[in-house]
Amino acid sequence: MAILEVGNVSKRFGNFTAIKGVSLNVEAGATHAIIGPNGAGKTTLFNLVSGLTPPSEGEIRFRDRRLARMRPHDIVKVGMARSFQKVNIFPRKTAAENVQVALIANSGMNYNFFRSARRLFHDETMELLALVKCADDADRRAGELAHGRQKQLELAVALAADPKLLLLDEPTAGMSIAETKASIELIKDIVAKRGLTLLFTEHDMNVVFEIASTISVLHHGEIIASGLPHEVRENDDVKRIYLGKD
Amino acid sequence: MTSRPQLIFLLVMFALLAVLPFVGSRYFVELAVQVMIFSLFALSLNVLAGHVGAVSFGHAAFFAIGGYACAFFLTRWGWPLPLAMAGAVVVSAAASFIIGILCVRLNAIYFSMLTLAFSMLVWAIAIKWKPVTGGDDGFVGITMPQALTDPTNFFWFTYAVFAASAAALWVLSASAMGRAFVAVRENAVRASFLGIDTKRMRLIAFVIAGAFAGLAGCLLAMYVRGMYPTTAFWTQSGQVIIMVLLGGVHSFVGPILGATTLYLLETTTHQYTEYWPIVMGLILMVIVLVLPDGLVGLIKRLRPQRRA
Amino acid sequence: MNSLSLGMNLFIIAAGLTLIFGVLRIVNFAHGAFYMIGAYVAFSILQLTGETNVGFALGVVGAALVMGVVAFFVERGLLARLYDKDHMLQLLFTFALVLIIKDIVKMIWGSGQFSISTPPALSGAVNLGISYYPTYMLFLLVTGPVIAIALWYAMERTRWGRVVRAARLDREMLSALGTDVKLVYSAVFVIGSMLAAIGGALAAPRSAVDPGMDALIIIDCFVIVVIGGLGSLAGSFVGALILGFLTIFGSFYLQEWVIVASYVMMVVILLVRPWGLFGKSDEERH
Repeated sequence: MAILEVGNVSKRFGNFTAIKGVSLNVEAGATHAIIGPNGAGKTTLFNLVSGLTPPSEGEIRFRDRRLARMRPHDIVKVGMARSFQKVNIFPRKTAAENVQVALIANSGMNYNFFRSARRLFHDETMELLALVKCADDADRRAGELAHGRQKQLELAVALAADPKLLLLDEPTAGMSIAETKASIELIKDIVAKRGLTLLFTEHDMNVVFEIASTISVLHHGEIIASGLPHEVRENDDVKRIYLGKD
Repeated sequence: MTSRPQLIFLLVMFALLAVLPFVGSRYFVELAVQVMIFSLFALSLNVLAGHVGAVSFGHAAFFAIGGYACAFFLTRWGWPLPLAMAGAVVVSAAASFIIGILCVRLNAIYFSMLTLAFSMLVWAIAIKWKPVTGGDDGFVGITMPQALTDPTNFFWFTYAVFAASAAALWVLSASAMGRAFVAVRENAVRASFLGIDTKRMRLIAFVIAGAFAGLAGCLLAMYVRGMYPTTAFWTQSGQVIIMVLLGGVHSFVGPILGATTLYLLETTTHQYTEYWPIVMGLILMVIVLVLPDGLVGLIKRLRPQRRA
Repeated sequence: MNSLSLGMNLFIIAAGLTLIFGVLRIVNFAHGAFYMIGAYVAFSILQLTGETNVGFALGVVGAALVMGVVAFFVERGLLARLYDKDHMLQLLFTFALVLIIKDIVKMIWGSGQFSISTPPALSGAVNLGISYYPTYMLFLLVTGPVIAIALWYAMERTRWGRVVRAARLDREMLSALGTDVKLVYSAVFVIGSMLAAIGGALAAPRSAVDPGMDALIIIDCFVIVVIGGLGSLAGSFVGALILGFLTIFGSFYLQEWVIVASYVMMVVILLVRPWGLFGKSDEERH
């Protein structure tokens, strides 16, 4: 059973159809990439899968549960976490506080009104920060960190939820070549160590072909190809769309 | 929200207050009682505004409901004081639960409008429900426990309630729930993607805020020996918002600072002119245009930068 | 029937509120205070001209003009500084305006209550067959739809209206197209405020002119825009009608508790369709 099943999902905004009859299965343990030109609907698809917006048609199942009536916070509790295309953290809080509140939420301690939060989850917070190489930034405001560091912080925040499925929306966007390399290594490492399933979107084809185990190509809201990397690479439609690209 | 310097500030403040009845005149003791009542009211609003980031424009509703309920239980039903106060807090919490359920699902703009609207409904009910509230003339005359009729005793009573409430709210602010509240304020979308049910958090904050406002209302009713519909009028809600903003919405002690400053300003202004609202309006305008973090923000800016 | 006329008067005021929100995304808490300014200015003008028909017309026009000028300076001088800041700050600004305006009104006119008579041409009653209906109420009943049509025409058929509608949908796009967005904002704020003042001047012969008149008006406006949907002119019209009908039936069964009827309606809308009958959900807006 696939950990994520997207069944013939469509999403309309008024007259505009952003996603048309998309079907997609992500197997547990896979590293699945969604690629496609700008405006293809990648972020919309992410928003559908993570429950931020409901589909106009079709059904999405995560760990064999229908996502239909679930709000994002419930879906997170079932084991999904995500990052955002535009870094979406708590800029006025320190890096440590960002991770700490994620851990608080994950443990359900957000209903605890008497346990002091000062040293709460300190060790776990530092561990996660160390994992994403942000330990030195622990007491710096998240908004003041360099872009690449913020993205890594966001990764730590997502991991704090101990997810089974991790959604990363353009994890290396805006990063330098060195940062991208470091990021890829980090992601590969985390996925291997924690045995989680990764669903991500990317523009950088090098990244995609380096870490993806399966790929889906999205164009104008439709999946035009899906499968193993080399299959997708050889696909005529894909080649046509990416004409001029590598 | 909470920090060591603020804790020290609070302890010093309570220490100084404790000395007041021994050195101050009756006038200052009474003034202190009033300031404490409004400080508690302001602290309660900040559970909403400063923590989950929801600015209620109708918070006076619960202030009034608590006061009226307390007055009613004490005088009409002759309940003993602890029961009457507990009852009043329960009534305020229940009212804030009902209004909260409707309002927390709304975005900030609708939330502001609706909280204002519901508070005016409470005001209208206070005026029309003569048998219970005394209507337009107000609920005049409260049955007080004999001991509390003495001003100094009442001071200590208010002090105790205020200190206990401030302590409880401090613990809340510094707790895991307090962190979650602030997460909801800082980035509600992100918070929900951490697994936090933002609506439920707002509702919890709303009820806590309403309960403590109701408690402050009890104190007011007993101090004034009566309750009047104006307590629920939008100007009262406006005044407490300005108190919180003036002090600084992002800090725990801000509301206390703001309440004290504004209340003293009002008392002084009233000696010269009746035009206090325009002063309030100008203060709010200054805050909004140049000083959104209030006095605490100003203090932070003026202090030399400390290393993180 | 009275309630319907008053409802139509409320529509004019609410239309201004909804217009300002649609473009500036600000809920103008001071809208009731603007209504009040309209009534007081009209009163003063009538003091000068005497309570004649011409005087009344001048009163309405004067109220609108004075309000327009005040709104212009308030917007350009102060409000505009807050456009790129938190919405809450803008809201609080309008709230501060209320406090300031109320006291200024008291300073100029005192705290007493004034009244204006209906202008001679609109006094008396009209025979509607079943009963007599006050002419002025009929006038109010008619002005609502007239202004509604005028607004509709301006929005749908004029170039300016197109610009405003575009600004309502997408402000960034508009500035990218080279339109002077600042001018649009000022114009909309001024016109919205003038609508409130006109509503106030028209309402003056019917209600007391006193420093407390703004409080209940703003709540009624809120009820209307919540029911109809913030930002939608059609919504304001329908909302005003609903409020009018609700008040008629409400007074029947609930008498002085009729105020509860409008709150019940608001609660129902909030539970079923929080963005109002004609409003767009937050999601649709993207």
